[in-house]
Amino acid sequence: MPQKSKYKAPLAHLVNPGHSACAGCGMIIASRLVLDAAGKNTIVTNATGCSEVTTTQYPMTAFKIPWIHSLFENPASLASGISAVLRKRGQEDKINVIAIGGDGATFDIGLGNISGMWERGDNVLYVCYDNEAYQNTGYQSSGATPLNAHTTTTPAGTKSFGSQLPKKNMIEIALAHNLPYVATATVGYPLDVIDKVKKTLAIKGPKYLQIYCPCVPGWGIEPKDTVKVSKLAVNSGFYPIVEFINGQLARKMTISKQEPVENFLKIQKRFKHLFASPGGQKEIARLQVIADYNIKKFGLI
Amino acid sequence: MKIPITVKPGTTARVKTGNWRELYVPEIDYEKCIGCSMCEKICPEGICFSTGEKNSKGKIFFEKDLDYCKGCGLCAEICPAKAIEMKREEK
Amino acid sequence: MKILEGSRAIAETINNIGPEVVSAYPITPQTHIVEDLAKLKADGLADYEYVRAESEFAAISIVEGAAAMGVRTYTATSSQGLLLMTEVLFNVAGMRLPMVLTCANRAVSAPINIWNDQQDAVTMRDSGWLMWFGEDNQEVCDLHILAYKVAEKLALPVMVNLDGFVLTHVVEPVEIESPAKIKKFLPRYKPQAVLDVKKPLTFGAFATPAHYFEIRQELHDDIVSSQKVIKSEMKKFKEIFGRQLGLIEYYGDKNAEIVIVAMGSVIGTIKDVADKLKKFGKKIGVLKVVSLRPFPDEEIIKALIKAKNIAVIDKSVSLGTEGILATEIRRALYGDKKKVVSYVMGLGGRDITEKMIEGIYSGIKKENKKVVLAGK
Repeated sequence: MPQKSKYKAPLAHLVNPGHSACAGCGMIIASRLVLDAAGKNTIVTNATGCSEVTTTQYPMTAFKIPWIHSLFENPASLASGISAVLRKRGQEDKINVIAIGGDGATFDIGLGNISGMWERGDNVLYVCYDNEAYQNTGYQSSGATPLNAHTTTTPAGTKSFGSQLPKKNMIEIALAHNLPYVATATVGYPLDVIDKVKKTLAIKGPKYLQIYCPCVPGWGIEPKDTVKVSKLAVNSGFYPIVEFINGQLARKMTISKQEPVENFLKIQKRFKHLFASPGGQKEIARLQVIADYNIKKFGLI
Repeated sequence: MKIPITVKPGTTARVKTGNWRELYVPEIDYEKCIGCSMCEKICPEGICFSTGEKNSKGKIFFEKDLDYCKGCGLCAEICPAKAIEMKREEK
Repeated sequence: MKILEGSRAIAETINNIGPEVVSAYPITPQTHIVEDLAKLKADGLADYEYVRAESEFAAISIVEGAAAMGVRTYTATSSQGLLLMTEVLFNVAGMRLPMVLTCANRAVSAPINIWNDQQDAVTMRDSGWLMWFGEDNQEVCDLHILAYKVAEKLALPVMVNLDGFVLTHVVEPVEIESPAKIKKFLPRYKPQAVLDVKKPLTFGAFATPAHYFEIRQELHDDIVSSQKVIKSEMKKFKEIFGRQLGLIEYYGDKNAEIVIVAMGSVIGTIKDVADKLKKFGKKIGVLKVVSLRPFPDEEIIKALIKAKNIAVIDKSVSLGTEGILATEIRRALYGDKKKVVSYVMGLGGRDITEKMIEGIYSGIKKENKKVVLAGK
């Protein structure tokens, strides 16, 4: 029997429990951190995906802010429409508009709509929770899937080491739109997420925040390892945490001692094939090159 | 239109997900807790919270709500004071 | 009364209705409508936010977001644009967001063709939108005013259709109703549910098999019963604006054994033929279907009570079967021993001439096919 406690959870967050996100889910941590940091004067548009399906099973919702889900690819466009109404009402500075989508919605199917919203300059923060595949439909690869990751549509096999495509560089795409704010973060460092959300919402205009969110079943990790794997991604240089203000690199999460990429890979089942065959070491070396390149590019050490 | 198409806020709270826990349950040592709130920040369910009460060291200590806890263990992982331990749960 | 292009008449009427957000993507033959709306804004004659969209899919998603905020919105499209909106059209109806969209009807690719038929709209028949087709630009403008009233009252989206080029680009006299007069008919919009930080509702929750069916059933039931509301609003419309609108209109001899059924501007041609035949003592009836959704079964059955040979002209085809309006008419008349022939005509802007209509009149009794694709 669970231990009895005289204390009761105040349910003070803007995402309530009772949702069906997996134990240890990175996405739901990101959702809650973002909304709590944004505060209750926030309207959210949400893409189809885990962040929608685990939270809003009719007739219930975990959300305590006005929230709308329409389709997979259009949260950015809905946000533009909402933003237009707020502009007309003179409420743009009082109410935040946040569009949320996974990497499939962001890197792939909704990219055109996001580009349109950014180009229009709408006062919207777009948050991508990046778990590097279509996890909701059973771990199929997306444009955000890293090189050599096993997914159900890029399976590892005797003739393949998994995904043979590099991760699409969404940060560069965002920067090419001249956004006033572009950043990455990870749920492994929750205080940084909160800090970035607060900072970006103070800036008027279109903003992009990409949050690295481990997926417990999709990556094949233990629920308790969501933080550990995030930190290894950052500290190996594999997932750089950077912040651009008006196109300039303003801040970065530096690394005191670089972890070998191998340490990041070996606790995830999606990379286990790299350790099972002789050719795998070569592939690990290729991934190490990517991490080393990031470190050099952003001066992380 | 008789059936509401919209949904009232926060209504998943009636779903108690505590029965998702398989083997382990977090236990917070109030005395070791330093009140840093990292468990609150990381908990995927959002059910680690400040009790508002102080331990003997004068630190406001935290608690978790087992009605919802899915037993992921992230609170124990992130706790810098090692005040949270995942213990085998007797059911 | 003004003499102006159809697109201009629609744009001015929409501006007088007063939407708060307009978003659109250009596509022939819808372009003049959205250009005129942009110009009205540029000249300081309009209050709406005009949001440039990067696709039709985005345009309707933008107005969907705005509609969820509880404001009146507007978008317009044609052909491929309507098809690109498909996913959102279904979604808007399912979310019960009142919205009005103009479709300047045009053929669908391939081969690519910019001219008029009604394939685009009828293909969206099952999307949950109310779908109306105007015969001339006065009726089209009137249907827009009515559309906002019905949409807002029933939380259902309405698509007002007019034939591309044939109506959008034709200059004819139209009464452009003033904002003040429109306001008498169409008061300030009071939305049923909105995105509001003070009352934070969730829109677009996913429904399991335990709930989905009833929600869809209610949408169906509400579309069926919308006829009553539409008719009572048409009565109020007549009182204020003096013009009679209908879900259908019957023209010509009430006892005619041959009746031609159609939607949109081709009705004008058919009426002319009916007038001509009348002079020669020949009896012919014309049934204009304004509302494809809701489909007014009872009114149609009544209107066709004396008809024995019914020719249904469709400017579209459900490839492999027949014209879509023909199928609808057949379904409504099921059990009656009436002859119904589907004439698919005018695809991709092919003219439907008086001679062709006369040919239908003189040939239907002997016609032994159920479906005739009559290009010439």
